[in-house]
Amino acid sequence: MGATPDRRRRECSAGLVLGAGFLVSACGGPQSALDPAGEEAAEIAHLFWVMLAGAGLVWALVVGAAVFGGRFQRQPISDRAGLRLILWSGAFAPTLILAGLLIYGLRLMPVLRAAEPALRIEISAEQYWWRITYVGAGDVRIETANELRLPAGRAAELTLDSVDVIHSLWIPSLGGKMDMIPGRTNRLVLRPQRPGTYRGVCAEFCGTAHALMAFPVEVMPPADFDAWLVRQAAPATPGGDEAAFLANGCGGCHTVRGTAATGTIGPDLTHLAGRSSLGAGLMPNTPGNRRRFVADVERLKPGVRMPSFGMLAPAELDAILAYMESLR
Amino acid sequence: MLFRRDTANMWTLITPPTVWALHFLFCYVAAAIVCAKDPSWLPGLRLAIAGATLLALGLILLAGLQAHRHWGFGDDLPPHDEATDEDRQHFLGFATLLLVGLSAVAVLFGALPALFITECVR
Repeated sequence: MGATPDRRRRECSAGLVLGAGFLVSACGGPQSALDPAGEEAAEIAHLFWVMLAGAGLVWALVVGAAVFGGRFQRQPISDRAGLRLILWSGAFAPTLILAGLLIYGLRLMPVLRAAEPALRIEISAEQYWWRITYVGAGDVRIETANELRLPAGRAAELTLDSVDVIHSLWIPSLGGKMDMIPGRTNRLVLRPQRPGTYRGVCAEFCGTAHALMAFPVEVMPPADFDAWLVRQAAPATPGGDEAAFLANGCGGCHTVRGTAATGTIGPDLTHLAGRSSLGAGLMPNTPGNRRRFVADVERLKPGVRMPSFGMLAPAELDAILAYMESLR
Repeated sequence: MLFRRDTANMWTLITPPTVWALHFLFCYVAAAIVCAKDPSWLPGLRLAIAGATLLALGLILLAGLQAHRHWGFGDDLPPHDEATDEDRQHFLGFATLLLVGLSAVAVLFGALPALFITECVR
């Protein structure tokens, strides 16, 4: 009956090792502030480790003092010595440590704001997706949605705004979070270093589908980025038949540049099929998922403004999806 | 005058935190106005914050010297909890001294951002 103490200890250490493994594995991945892929995130990760080391040192000193007081120092000390102890370790030392950490933290502020980036990207948060506009030389505006691409090694300035409630943009692998406030434009400069795919999220509760408001961030080699941006700037070259798309009112909310669809309520769909995810990071952008999304969006994303189109005749839905498939 | 009193009272007690509050308001309100109206005044504002910080620390120091006197120059250790006039004075003096320390640190911490932030950001 029951495990022997030895066995229990073995199980316990196995559990610890396994638990530590899970913890450490959580430090990497596409959405981790501890696995920085950009300069700002690296500064913040460094700040975190310095703060953690400082907190660990304070903890060790306090626990050490408690152990010393309980185990070794059995005689009471004088009132005056007690007062001095409180003054030094309760007031002076914490003030000095806090001052050090505060100066170290404040030092980062100008670093995180500086630079005159060549690339400006306007991001507007709307319940529950991201309108993304690349502003190029000569104020050329290239609108896309729900997928951010950045060139590695170059600074990009994100100007952040919201049209409804307060949102917050956070790409932990690339930098700190910044609130997106209606009526105010905030600014965030990112300098991604390592190409790869990361994940950005809305970090301020904004409504029922807040947890479903994310976006993939693709950091690309600069040449690839430039080529991609040129392709994005081009109008759509739809291969399918746009009749069903337009007849069912899709163009009332969505723009497909170069066609009669010029709505601005929902995301720009000009190069929809070229994006990696669907519905603001909701699911991979596959033909099957696109069908589910169009037919049943209200169930997939509660609170979304787009109505579900599951009531359409299958042939009609097929035509719309074929048209979307051709928007590369 | 709050700074040349023979005895401590509630007013001398709250002098240091009041200086801290006024300094804090000055730093943040002035920075908000300058950045909204004309960011080119920012270097002047940072000097003004440095001046306000020195002034605030000076006033807090004066309050501290007075509190030290009201405390009886530390002749008597806390807790000053006897129901006597002397203990009341010592208690108020000592409490003011603690507030002097807190307020001085808070004034310095409140002014630190002006040391690092060199531009208004949109």
